[in-house]
Amino acid sequence: MADMSDLVLDVKNLRTVFFTNSGLFKAVDDVSFTVRRGETLAIVGESGCGKSVTALSLLRLVPDPPGRIVGGSVTLEGTDLLTLDDAEMRAIRGNRISMIFQEPMTSLNPVMRIGHQIVEAVRLHRNMSAKEAHDLAIEMLRLVRIPEPARRAREYPHQLSGGMRQRAMIAMALACRPALLIADEPTTALDVTIQAQILALILDLQKELGTGLVLITHDLGVVAQTAQRVIVMYAGKKVEEASVEALFAAPKHPYTRGLMASIPAVPASDVAPQARLNEIPGTVPSLVRLPAGCAFAPRCKLAIKRCQEEYPPLADWGGGHLAACWRAAEVAEVA
Amino acid sequence: MTEALLEVTDLKKHYPVRAGVLRRQVGTVHAVDGVSFALGIGETLGLVGESGCGKSTVARSVLRLVEPTSGQIRLRGEDITHLSKTELRPHRRSMQIVFQDPFASLNPRMTAGDIVGEPIAVHGLASGKALEARVAKLFEQVGLRPDQMRNFPHQFSGGQRQRICIARALALEPRLIVCDEPVSALDVSIQAQVINLLIDLQRQHGFSYLFIAHDLAVVAHISHRVAVMYLGRIVEIADKDELFRNPRHPYTQALLASVPIANPHAKKIAPLVDGDVPSPVNPPSGCAFHTRCRFAMERCKTERPALVDAGVGHQVACLLNEGTGRSQ
Ligand SMILES: Nc1ncnc2c1ncn2[C@@H]1O[C@H](COP(=O)(O)OP(=O)(O)OP(=O)(O)O)[C@@H](O)[C@H]1O
Ligand SMILES: Nc1ncnc2c1ncn2[C@@H]1O[C@H](COP(=O)(O)OP(=O)(O)OP(=O)(O)O)[C@@H](O)[C@H]1O
Ligand code: SF4
Ligand code: SF4
Ligand SMILES: [Mg+2]
Ligand SMILES: [Mg+2]
Repeated sequence: MADMSDLVLDVKNLRTVFFTNSGLFKAVDDVSFTVRRGETLAIVGESGCGKSVTALSLLRLVPDPPGRIVGGSVTLEGTDLLTLDDAEMRAIRGNRISMIFQEPMTSLNPVMRIGHQIVEAVRLHRNMSAKEAHDLAIEMLRLVRIPEPARRAREYPHQLSGGMRQRAMIAMALACRPALLIADEPTTALDVTIQAQILALILDLQKELGTGLVLITHDLGVVAQTAQRVIVMYAGKKVEEASVEALFAAPKHPYTRGLMASIPAVPASDVAPQARLNEIPGTVPSLVRLPAGCAFAPRCKLAIKRCQEEYPPLADWGGGHLAACWRAAEVAEVA
Repeated sequence: MTEALLEVTDLKKHYPVRAGVLRRQVGTVHAVDGVSFALGIGETLGLVGESGCGKSTVARSVLRLVEPTSGQIRLRGEDITHLSKTELRPHRRSMQIVFQDPFASLNPRMTAGDIVGEPIAVHGLASGKALEARVAKLFEQVGLRPDQMRNFPHQFSGGQRQRICIARALALEPRLIVCDEPVSALDVSIQAQVINLLIDLQRQHGFSYLFIAHDLAVVAHISHRVAVMYLGRIVEIADKDELFRNPRHPYTQALLASVPIANPHAKKIAPLVDGDVPSPVNPPSGCAFHTRCRFAMERCKTERPALVDAGVGHQVACLLNEGTGRSQ
């Protein structure tokens, strides 16, 4: 185990619920993980499984109502963020902990010029003159490869392409050099060449500043190339955790296996024209009416009677490879 | 190729750049700068390229959601470039778009069910129970549960919102669906469901897709032909297999080499094209890629390569490929 002083983030038993007209549901259910200095932890999982809500919970940005964090702790550099008052939290947000949001348009102010938004964010936390903050803003835009940063800084979000908006947000998130960066699908709107540049940039800054990174992404290629550890979520729960090597070599949870099997082939290999992609049949169950046992049971080829009745505990299958599945030991042989 | 559903000829879209208190025009963004292609019935054309190269602008122009500066758009042989709103209405039903940013394109005050059902109701195709059943079916097709019809957009995750947009686009069984990054917000298993669904619908109904995506593996799976754009122009276009096996343009080659591989032991991503993305306001002279091209020669700075046929319908705009084919 790593030296405790190395821990940037320690999340324990986090629980976040939503109260909706169809009932109460647990969007994040008893999720724990840690991030060390300079480490990248990837979170993957089915759309709607609670990845973004987990991220928002860390920043205490879950909309309340209808949502609420009802349990657990989020310890950033020794302080439990869940015990802070709003003013203390504002001082930390965007400063020690920063987030790149999944949908850039929801977090950029549509009537404020891009450059000005970065200047505001910087001056909120750092003692800088307007001129210094402006120079920093342009420098950050240049770092994320926005052509002609000085001109773009004067533009409004709608004048940028989808990928440029995302890069502007990355620039804003990195401007204050946070201890922890949460990146929710940071490169989905980018083509692979820019994606490679941006990932290299984030990893460089991470090395230089020791920033811990929580990377939420659907792109398992990106996970394989950037993360050291991975957690897999399904229906609000952590169902697997492992080093990136162990997870890709031998996933223990049937959901993870299904996910890996759905990755489309790399184009260079000979794909038959319009081959059908593998998919995991069925849909995620309603979080309001989760089955008593394993939430994946209705879609799992390996399900046995016990799976329907009892929730499988997260067990260590050796070397810190955790999985919550009654049949994890057999997965490699059966599936 | 079979009969063309959509023909785009020399499409251009320029945006003015304004500055100063008087908002005087000081330059022009050449967002799309002379793009031509045709899309057959039942065909999928993949459109890939660097962020900001004009893919969304092409998509929106085709649907006349932005007014092209010049060029021509023909749908089933009819020139729709200059049709008025009223004249365009009969065509609206046959062209749909799935937008890149799902949140921005959904009305926050409507339930998901109403959003998907609206086009069906507006065109008077179904109402009451029949409408509800149709919407429920669409929800299932895109991997949402019918009980989610009552929820509002903000109650869905990013990927779920994208599926609402897809269901809405499918509602009218249009002839042409323009998909602008339709699956980039989805996890790989849902992505596989949606791609399989699009392919099935195409086989059943002969839909045509203009399919924009950054994920080249996805593009490879769904497309029949693929066009690669760089800075407002098509630099390479070919049959899918031909393009992926035998990429000729240096930009396409860099693109294919940058795909991250889902194997932690594979070579780490190293940015293959480096250097700053040039500005579409003052695009580089000659070949627009010369500022970043590994093979750039002196003449690339001054001569602009035309899109020429390099055989088997494989067109490429690069001076290195000159002489391997004939001018189009
Ligand atoms: N404001 C809200 N009100 C009600 N339910 C919500 C709200 N925000 C999210 N949810 C629900 O919480 C669950 C988790 O959502 P979350 O956004 O965390 O998913 P995600 O894992 O990030 O998915 P994606 O990969 O699609 O972005 C989803 O079922 C979603 O419908
Ligand atoms: N309304 C507008 N006003 C001014 N410039 C615009 C406008 N819309 C787009 N542009 C510019 O046109 C160019 C092409 O944008 P477009 O959105 O088509 O790119 P894209 O290829 O879809 O990129 P991405 O992959 O990032 O979505 C960009 O330089 C963009 O900034
Ligand atoms: S516990 Fe049972 S149902 Fe759940 S993943 Fe394991 S085998 Fe499948
Ligand atoms: S024309 Fe020259 S600069 Fe352009 S892609 Fe070909 S070799 Fe590179
Ligand atoms: Mg999300
Ligand atoms: Mg776009």
